[in-house]
Amino acid sequence: MHLNSIKHIRRRQLISASIRGIVLFFTVLTLLPLVYILIYIIKQGIGAINWSFFVQLPRPVGEAGGGIANALVGSVLIVCVATLMAVPIGISSALYLSEHPQGRLANVIRFCVEVLTGIPSIVVGIVAYDWLVKPMGSFSAFSGSVALAIMMLPIMIRSAEETLKRFPTHLREASLALGVPYYKTIMKVLLPCSLSGVLSGIILSVARIVGETAPLLFTAFGNPYLSFHIFHPMHSLPLLIYNYAISPYDSWHQLAWGAALVLLCWILLLNILTRMIIRKWSVRY
Amino acid sequence: MPEPLPTFTSKTHASTSSRAEVSRSIPRSHRLIARISNADRKDQWFRHTLHIAGLIVLCLVIAIFLTLIVGSIPSFRATGIHFFWGKVWDPVTEVFGALPFLAGTLLTSFLALFISLPFSLSIAIFLGEYFPPGKGKNRMAGVVREAVELIAGIPSVIYGFWGLFVLVPLVRQLEMKWHVLPYGVGIFTASLILALMIIPYAASLGREIIHMVPAELKEAAYSLGATRWEVIRHVVLPYARTGILAGILLSLGRALGETMAVTMVIGNTSALPKNIFSPGNTLASVIANEFTEAASNVYLSALIELGLVLFLVTTLIHLIGKRIIKQFST
Amino acid sequence: MERPILEVKHFHAWFGTHEVVKNVNLTLHRNEVVAVMGPSGCGKTTFLRCINRMHELTPEARTEGQILLEGEDIYRMSPIMLRLRVGMVFQRPNPFPHMTIYENVLAGYLLNNIKLSRSDKDAIVEDALRKAALWEEVKNNLKKKGTFLSGGQQQRLCIARAIAMKPDLLLLDEPTSALDPISTAGIEELLQELKKNYTLIIVTHNMQQAARVSDETAFFYMGELVEFAPTRQLFTAPKDQRTQNYITGRFS
Repeated sequence: MHLNSIKHIRRRQLISASIRGIVLFFTVLTLLPLVYILIYIIKQGIGAINWSFFVQLPRPVGEAGGGIANALVGSVLIVCVATLMAVPIGISSALYLSEHPQGRLANVIRFCVEVLTGIPSIVVGIVAYDWLVKPMGSFSAFSGSVALAIMMLPIMIRSAEETLKRFPTHLREASLALGVPYYKTIMKVLLPCSLSGVLSGIILSVARIVGETAPLLFTAFGNPYLSFHIFHPMHSLPLLIYNYAISPYDSWHQLAWGAALVLLCWILLLNILTRMIIRKWSVRY
Repeated sequence: MPEPLPTFTSKTHASTSSRAEVSRSIPRSHRLIARISNADRKDQWFRHTLHIAGLIVLCLVIAIFLTLIVGSIPSFRATGIHFFWGKVWDPVTEVFGALPFLAGTLLTSFLALFISLPFSLSIAIFLGEYFPPGKGKNRMAGVVREAVELIAGIPSVIYGFWGLFVLVPLVRQLEMKWHVLPYGVGIFTASLILALMIIPYAASLGREIIHMVPAELKEAAYSLGATRWEVIRHVVLPYARTGILAGILLSLGRALGETMAVTMVIGNTSALPKNIFSPGNTLASVIANEFTEAASNVYLSALIELGLVLFLVTTLIHLIGKRIIKQFST
Repeated sequence: MERPILEVKHFHAWFGTHEVVKNVNLTLHRNEVVAVMGPSGCGKTTFLRCINRMHELTPEARTEGQILLEGEDIYRMSPIMLRLRVGMVFQRPNPFPHMTIYENVLAGYLLNNIKLSRSDKDAIVEDALRKAALWEEVKNNLKKKGTFLSGGQQQRLCIARAIAMKPDLLLLDEPTSALDPISTAGIEELLQELKKNYTLIIVTHNMQQAARVSDETAFFYMGELVEFAPTRQLFTAPKDQRTQNYITGRFS
């Protein structure tokens, strides 16, 4: 019979194997430029990095050397303030969502989180400009933080809700049956048990926004000097990379490559941290 | 063995020593009673706090939407519906037509999608079907997955930077070979960089979708003697079809809203693009470029209106994609 | 005669429109052990959960009638106060995964912010673990997480956690249903011990268990308390035909 003929089976197996080869080939082919980007940045950036790179301010055009201290400090400050704003709202609303798996308001909020996830970052920049920069009359790090906080919220809420939802009813009942009030059950049982997930969600959301540039273009704006004042314009790593990358000066390109490498390492570190937290602190139910 | 007496037992109860009295003394200690009567109030406060946090998220979205609409009013008053097919964008004479940017956005996004599709689908099949996680120790798959995730985390501005210094010269050489104006920057370059950027995202989406194909279906096909490829071709892909469509939509949403990398390599020209090699602008890139320079009210408002359009389109596409995936997964 | 510790008067419970517990009347004295048995879905677990108001966690739940704990209406008490006085052990062992064995025993105190001195804590932990027949097995591992214990040990840890609060009344909701036979035997032995000091209500679908451990047995059927009598009497000379059918295995 035709179906069982060895030849036919061989042929089909051959097709299958070659398709496998093609998929493998395409995968490798895709990874090559992507890996090349990484290697290129490392190669270009490593030369720029030395001690003065971290502690000095950028020099004017024409002078070699200089550093990115202002952008480094600015990035850390802006991201910290953004995190401080986003965490309480994000975790509380994630708690609300996980405590109300069905409610109508909860579904509306879930829809809103979905909308927030899809908002282009540049639009968030416009909004933060309209809310803060325009009324305050000046660009400010604070308005940048607000924009970044808006971008962090959906990531944080979704990953926290995902973790909190998994908290089993029988543990909740164990706590309540001991006479523990609801809020203490949440704060002392549910949150500690879900800590690894919630924390890694927060760190993940930070990792996603440290490199955001578009929301900062018309909020934090950038500042060639070192500034600690959150209501004044402030520099940040992604802004610096953008400004220097499109500049025509080689020395600035050097700084930008170095900054890009620092930014990448920062993101990589946060990702590793997330994984460590999940591995070390995860609670088995 | 004697009952251990907790220190906070009030004196009156401590004097009696029967088990019952001791046991009752614990919940009835005065401090505890005070705290319990507080607990209800605190519970209420706590619930209200969570409720308010949820409402903040809701208000945030409404406020963003309203801000964009209110901000767009002056532009809409000035240009009206003509805004959407006006071919000229000239801030100096305050003529604002969004067509060049709409064209630029759609061209770059769809071109990027088109370029990236075979690659992201390959990786998705590779990770989802050939080397799924948790099947023995698959070093290869692990490495690929980690690499894809790491690359998905590279900020857009770094892609743009790399594109500006590596891709643009490359494209310029190609353009010289093909005898088109060798700008280097332009819609084609932007599409390439966008394609690179959405591959990791699309691939990990696709992998998840392929994972959702029930194992029983695949096993049924294998038990009938199908080869790997036949299972993928006739079971996995048809089953995952709607999911993959949703993945494409979500990737499109990503591409439409992408700002920095595109801004850096697209050439920033507000003229209607003549072909895919000419420089242009997308909705996002024109906002990024001109927002801080917008001197007049109408100019700023026109940019905000572009933002509103971008917001509506990406959000709609994103929501539709998510809805399809949700239906697919249940 | 001493005031009964628990009186249930004309008690009904609903989930939505479904009446799960119908007109239950029952009186329980101190240091008695009552077994509540019946086929699954007969409302016995719901009834038990109503006694420390755990049913209120289900949004649709509603009750009517009275339950008096030492003469006090439990539905006029703070549920927190009530639950401090009425302990509960669940079907599935549920030690807190983020706490050590030591902390698990003290969970009722720790989570309620009740301050204790170090020596009180140690004394309470040792006493509760001894009473739960777990002390010898875990005394050297008190700082380990509770979830590292076996199922039977976990359940005894949960019993220790409940009795560490020195409850007036201890509710056990099918405490052995999720355990293997050997662990079950261990828990039953423990229940025999606990009888001496505590007032217990045990929900069980296992008749032998009911017969072995209880002084009195309540038989629930379709939400009704069909018969409530001293255990020996209920098993040897049931008054109701339905009880007769159940204990002779003629149901379901």
